[in-house]
Order: sequence, then structure tokens, then C-alpha cells
Amino acid sequence: MKTFVCIKRVPDTSESVVKVDASGKDVDSSKFSFDINDADNYAVEEAVLIKEANGGTVQVICAGPQDSDVMIRMALAKGGDSAVRIDDPRINSLDPLKVAKVLAAVIKSEEFDLVLTGCMAADDGGMAVGVALAEELGVSHAAMVKKVQVEDGKVRVQRELEGGISEVVEITLPAVLTIQTGINEPRYAPIKGIRQAQKKELKVLKIEDLGLDENEVNEASSLIELQNLYMPEVVSNAEVIEGEPEEKAEIMATKLVKGGLL
Amino acid sequence: MGAIYVLAEHRQGVLRDITLEMLTKASQLSEKMGGEIVTVLIGSSVDSFAEKLAGYSDKVLYVDDPLFADYNSDKYQKVLVELINQDKPELVMIGHTTQGVDLAPALAVEMKLPFVTDVIDLEFADGKPQPVRSYYSGKVNANFAFKGEAPYLITFRESTLEVAEPSKQGKVEKIESPLKEELDYRRFIEYVEAEVGDVDITQSEILIAVGRGLREEKNMAIIEDLAKAVKGDICGSRAATDAGWLAHDRQVGTSGKTVKPKLYIAIGISGAFQHLAGMKGAKTIVAINKDPDAPIFSVADFAIVDDLFKVIPKLTEKLKELRG
Ligand SMILES: Cc1cc2nc3c(=O)[nH]c(=O)nc-3n(C[C@H](O)[C@H](O)[C@H](O)COP(=O)(O)OP(=O)(O)OC[C@H]3O[C@@H](n4cnc5c(N)ncnc54)[C@H](O)[C@@H]3O)c2cc1C
Ligand SMILES: Nc1ncnc2c1ncn2[C@@H]1O[C@H](COP(=O)(O)O)[C@@H](O)[C@H]1O
Repeated sequence: MKTFVCIKRVPDTSESVVKVDASGKDVDSSKFSFDINDADNYAVEEAVLIKEANGGTVQVICAGPQDSDVMIRMALAKGGDSAVRIDDPRINSLDPLKVAKVLAAVIKSEEFDLVLTGCMAADDGGMAVGVALAEELGVSHAAMVKKVQVEDGKVRVQRELEGGISEVVEITLPAVLTIQTGINEPRYAPIKGIRQAQKKELKVLKIEDLGLDENEVNEASSLIELQNLYMPEVVSNAEVIEGEPEEKAEIMATKLVKGGLL
Repeated sequence: MGAIYVLAEHRQGVLRDITLEMLTKASQLSEKMGGEIVTVLIGSSVDSFAEKLAGYSDKVLYVDDPLFADYNSDKYQKVLVELINQDKPELVMIGHTTQGVDLAPALAVEMKLPFVTDVIDLEFADGKPQPVRSYYSGKVNANFAFKGEAPYLITFRESTLEVAEPSKQGKVEKIESPLKEELDYRRFIEYVEAEVGDVDITQSEILIAVGRGLREEKNMAIIEDLAKAVKGDICGSRAATDAGWLAHDRQVGTSGKTVKPKLYIAIGISGAFQHLAGMKGAKTIVAINKDPDAPIFSVADFAIVDDLFKVIPKLTEKLKELRG
């Protein structure tokens, strides 16, 4: 099995203050900490599990800045064989269809059986790149995958649906699968793997190296345009409990008991 | 103005809520920009849906064929390409659901449509629909503009609005399936039902919900203590079930359960829309989170902005004391 896995470096914004910057079109990311996107971490693990069970290779692809190399090396340490990073600020990363075009250009130049992406990037939450990528490559796909079984020339996958149910579908290879979190238990990179990863190939490319023209993937070429970002008005009717932590606990406990909420 | 197309979503004989939500939004939009509301219904023996949808549409385009007994993105795509090419609607709305995200991006690529995903609202400006979407799990919103020619394509987020009463009496137009035979590269096999666990949290009156903020499995002890003190059941966000702290049947949200307890205490949960959709119907919601901007507070009745590790043990202790 020749598998590609697409990973993205994203900020962890769950605990940080997000503020729109002066341009009005971006956020101030100077205080964010970054990591591999959650779902992509599961996708990497799934790719490595598939390689371990069926043989073959795992190639890592990432479109992003140099800081992404830390995450790419981690994926290589876990069992990836080589990596390509597309480092090109001209790509309109706000448009999933442009990102998909770039990733497709890397994959198209080789033979492959499977492409795994995460089902969603935590920063833009678009849930679009994987399925768009499949169409760019002209192959089948399944989104929101939580179980993969490789068969002869096919994969049988479970797609997660709403409400805890899932559907089983059978797809002819080559195919793109978008991987849902929780599909496996991502491993920690072994020390030995981390050392070996430093020696594995990591190619850094520009769009021209992929046979793409700037006017196919830049902002001007997009059919959508970000007008402005703004902070949503948080309409909260919540009663805010004030005080030191212990006081808050006491006030809340009293409200729950005396207010008949329990 | 061209039509607004809404793709009806249904599964296992049930019309999904997102369909009427989109139709409600479509009707608000069509008041401003004009254009007929056309619901596209693709299925097999779903006449009753067609009738119901007519109440919200100017027209229901209905493909009824055994080929569509179960959803298949590739087959849907073939039908939609045909219909969209024929009618050139202004806007095409597909649910931002596990079905819609499996379909819309490929449709956008194939037809080269201007495409925005996970839309939470639609304005009408400069003679065009203008999508609003959110970034960083709800912390920032973005106004987008479509460039180029219609049709424009969006996926629309679930549970963003109340469904309106039916006010139309559209005509139902059955059309022949543009697709004539099975596709062999993607086959539906079967549904796998949700796991059934020891406790059915949809029936619980008191729920203690935990999220990634709890950090480690061993910290579940303080949650269990609290649950015991209030005789509640424990549930959690997807982050908590993915991490294995809880069984999957305890997950609350779009891909888990929808719960309606009397009391829901959310601890270290940010409040992603997939989570909110499953719990905002709770009667009273208490949220404990150290981030004052956490979206969970938008649905909370009581907000405690603080470190859960400082608050929870004390809360449990005080509750025990008060309740004897
Ligand atoms: C298709 C799909 C379906 C999904 N379905 C669901 C679903 O059904 N249910 C669901 O929940 N999610 C679902 N998700 C995932 C969802 O998008 C979020 O990733 C998830 O809900 C985040 O869980 P969380 O709030 O526990 O974690 P995070 O978003 O990481 O939030 C952790 C929170 O803990 C707070 N915190 C940290 N430390 C402390 C402390 N010491 N004291 C107090 N607070 C603290 C932080 O401020 C933060 O707000 C789905 C995602 C996808 C793509
Ligand atoms: N810049 C990128 N580089 C590599 N993979 C990406 C990139 N952006 C998105 N992806 C992949 O596409 C998935 C879905 O992203 P999105 O459609 O933005 O939610 C992610 O989980 C990644 O696997």
C-alpha cells in the first residue's frame, strides 16, 4: 500500500484569547501555541497501522511554514517514510479548494493507493479539503471515517454519521479517506524513531515545482473572498458567579441546593 | 434572481432537521433577494417527505428511484450536477452534516462553483448572498463574498435557527433519475447502530459533563465524587470519549447523544457547536471553564470562570454538606 497522509499545523486556541488583528482579515497569532491538527494525528497513526499490516510506504504532505517541520518529523518518527512540505505564501490557504489543488499536485506525480486526511482542521473547521482533494485526483472518497479495513483492491470503511450510528461503505482503491478523531490510539514517537526521522527525506517545494502556476492557487484566483473578521457578539444570559474559587464553589452549591436544581 | 436550491437530507426513513432549518433560512433570504425556493429530494419511496417539503418550498424536485435507497455521495453528485447545469440556480444549500461534507466539496470542484463551507448565516449584499462563517471553534466570525458567477454553493451548519411554520404550497415535480445504473466504486453496505451502554444518558435528569480541560484520566476521580454527591450520571465531550476517559455512549453532541436533563454541569468543555447541539436543550446549564471567551458560556445559566481543579472539589464538599 502506498499511502499519503496530509497534515496541517494549527494553533491551539481552546484556551487562548483570539483577537482580530489590525488588518481585520487575520487574527493575532503571536501568543498561540501550535501543534499538529488533532484529526491529522489520528490520520498519521492510521496510515502507519495500514503500513504495518499490509506493507508499503507512508508519505507525509504538509502545506505550511517552516515551523511545521517539527510536526512532520514527528510523523516520520512514528513510521512515515518521507515528506513533502509546500512552503509558499502565495497559496490562498483560506480557500479549501486551493489547498486541495496544491496537495493534489504533489500526489498526482506518483502512484498511490490511499490518501488520508483529517476530517477537519481545528482552525478553519472547514471539513472540505479531503473530499475536494479526492475530486481533484479523480478518485473515490469517504468522509468521517472511523474504521478502515483494507481488502483486495478495496477498502471497507465505517463512516461516522450523526447520533452515534455509522454506515459501512466499500470503496475501490485508490481513494481518499478523511479520518475522524478517536479511530485509533495515536502512539508516542519512539526515541529511536525520532533519531531516524532526522535522516528521512523532507522535500520543501514551491508551487512551480509542482507544475502549478501562481494564478491557479493564489487569492486572486479564488472564487471566494474574505471580507473581514469580527468578534461574534457573545450573547450570554448567564449569571456570572464571582469571588475566589472556594467562594464560587460555595455560592454555586447553595444555588443548586436552595434553588431546587438538584 | 435565480432559484435557491436546498438539498433535502434524510436517513433511515427520517427527514433530518437540517432540511427544514435550511428552508427556513432560504425563505428569509428569498424575501430579500427574490428567487424561488426549490427543494431537491433524492430518495426511494419518500413521498411523504415530498409533501411535507412542499409546505416550505415553491417547488420540490423529486427523484424517486431504488438507486437512491441509501445515500451515496457519488450518486447524489451526478444528479446534482445535472440539475444545477439545467436550472442554474443562484444558490445551492447543502447541510454541513456528515452527509453534506461528504458531497459538497467534490461538487464544488467538479462544477468550479464558488464554495463556502460551514456557513452559520447568510446576508444579502451587493446583489448576492453573502455567507458568514466561524473560525477557531466559534471565537471569530468571518464575512465572505462570492466572486464570479452563480451558482454559489454553501454547506449550512445545523441547529443555528428555529424552524418556521410551513407557509407555502409548492408543487411536487417528479423527475426521472439522471443516473441510470449503480456505481461500482462506492457501495453502501449497512448501518451500524450506536453502542448501547450501561446508562442511557438521554434519560438522565442530572448530568456531569467533562471535557479536555480535565487533562488526564486519573482526574476523573473528582468528577466521580461530584456525580455521586448530586446523584448524577457522567457524560462528556468528544475529546473526553476519544481519550478513553469515558465510554463512547456517554458522548454528548452531534455525533453522540442529544440530552435534555434538568441540570447539566459542563466542566472544562469549550462548547464547540457539535457539543452545544447535543445539550443546549438542558433546563439549567452550569459551565465551569477558565477561559472567559469559551463558547459554552453562550448557553450557560450559571458561569464560573475559573480553574476547575480549584472549584470542583470544593463544590462537591459543599454540596455534600448542604445535602447532609
Ligand atoms: C464531525 C464532527 C463531529 C463531532 N461531534 C462531537 C460531539 O458529538 N460532541 C462533542 O463534544 N464534540 C464533537 N466534535 C468535536 C468538537 O468539534 C470539539 O473538538 C470538542 O467538542 C472539543 O471538546 P472539549 O470542549 O472537551 O475540548 P476543548 O475544545 O479542547 O476545550 C477544553 C476546554 O477546557 C478549558 N480548560 C482547560 N483547563 C481548564 C481548567 N483547569 N479549568 C477549567 N477549564 C479548563 C479550556 O479553556 C477549554 O475551553 C465533533 C467534531 C467533528 C469534526
Ligand atoms: N495546509 C495543509 N497541509 C496539509 N494538509 C492540509 C492542509 N490544510 C488542510 N489539510 C488536510 O485537510 C484536512 C481538513 O481540513 P479542512 O478542510 O480545512 O477542515 C486536515 O485535517 C488536513 O488533513
